[in-house]
Amino acid sequence: MGVKPLSPLDLSIAACLLIVLGLFSHRLKLGLEKQLAVSALRTTVQLLLIGQVLRILFANASLLFVVAISMVMLAVAGREVMARQHRRLRGSQGWLLGTGSMFISSFSVAFIALAVIIANDPWYTPQYAIPLLGMLLGNTMNGISLSMDRMTETLWQQRQLVEQRLLLGETGSEATAEIRRQAMRSGMIPIINSMAAAGLVSLPGMMTGQILGGSSPMDAVKYQILVMFLIAAGTGFGVMSAMWLLTRKLFDNRDRLRLDQLESSS
Amino acid sequence: MNDLQISGLFFQNRGPYTFRIVPGQVVGLQGASGAGKTLLLRAIADLDPNQGQVRLGDMAREQVPAPIWRKTVAMLPAESFWWFDAVGDHFQVPVQAIEATLQQLGFESDVLNWEVSRLSTGEKQRLAIVRLLQNKPRALLLDEPTASLDAENIERTETLLVDYCRQQQVPLLWVSHDSRQLERVADDQYYIEGDGTLQEVRGGQHGR
Repeated sequence: MGVKPLSPLDLSIAACLLIVLGLFSHRLKLGLEKQLAVSALRTTVQLLLIGQVLRILFANASLLFVVAISMVMLAVAGREVMARQHRRLRGSQGWLLGTGSMFISSFSVAFIALAVIIANDPWYTPQYAIPLLGMLLGNTMNGISLSMDRMTETLWQQRQLVEQRLLLGETGSEATAEIRRQAMRSGMIPIINSMAAAGLVSLPGMMTGQILGGSSPMDAVKYQILVMFLIAAGTGFGVMSAMWLLTRKLFDNRDRLRLDQLESSS
Repeated sequence: MNDLQISGLFFQNRGPYTFRIVPGQVVGLQGASGAGKTLLLRAIADLDPNQGQVRLGDMAREQVPAPIWRKTVAMLPAESFWWFDAVGDHFQVPVQAIEATLQQLGFESDVLNWEVSRLSTGEKQRLAIVRLLQNKPRALLLDEPTASLDAENIERTETLLVDYCRQQQVPLLWVSHDSRQLERVADDQYYIEGDGTLQEVRGGQHGR
């Protein structure tokens, strides 16, 4: 059994809900009408485009094509991590740091899942590779941007305390150990919470999609468990490597706190 | 001899500074606010990027890792910061090693069980000096060490610090706004002008 196709009319009815919401936003002076319209439009255009790309991709499953698309996804996720920082590393190093951490964690976890666990032939079968990598990148991106933001913000506020510890002879890594631990926790808490609540509060999106698509609930559940584990591992390792790299960037070879490496976004 | 030699020290468009403090000598440093007294101490402690040479006796800064340098040439910042809940957690040495210093500054050793949040500004200041001295520094850089203390504690603190300097034969650089204090404690005095130039104060009284 395939999924029942939606007609443009079906989507228009859902869009009417947003128009009503926009009217309320205007009446209540929330000022969100424009953002709402732009985001709704972006969702439509971006998803229609990726639908076309995936259609072509599924028709010719070449490794090169899959790699190219995953690189684009990675680059955009890296940009998104940067955009969410209140204080970010100057120049391209912030982008490289976020992107590098996501690459290390998401790509290695996705590779293990595809080549060892799911083991399709070929292992990069795009119907599996692209959605899996997308989910991993999306969640790792959240975790990394949360923890980087927490780390730079806390360092900024507690710079005098950190410098006091440096003056007493601690290394940069020792002086920021507690701050780094807290930042790692704040990056990992969301996925830990959603693992704990999965199935009780909400049915995860991927599982819902699979059930709508006609899979048996038990198959969908098993895939969802796999994906949860992968996301937790990917986010955790991504956050850890991002915090390690960020500490190295924010202290120089003489263990000085270099907050001049950060610039504040307006 | 472990004298503190600063030569051609340059940072943030200030300097170059060249001067020398011999073991057991207290050098006072005054200057307008914003003249860069704290920045000078931070540069010597290698806490801010800077150029130039700083040596303690035969040891050049670059020969040792920065944390070792900062334990050896120890800087006391004007405001002290504490990160654990209990005072004692900030000390890595056994109680016996700091008991005498604590008493000289008017504390019993049970102060180590106190909560940091209960300390007054002055208590924090005095305890920060004990915390600094636990590393047995070989040179001292003090930024307003008695700024928040009452008269009795100012005297205790001055005595403790000058005694440490004389007995351990360490060079001591003492920043203060109080010229009468510097007359009491300092053997020689420098003044930093608003533009950052350093001048030796002539006719400065020799203390003690």
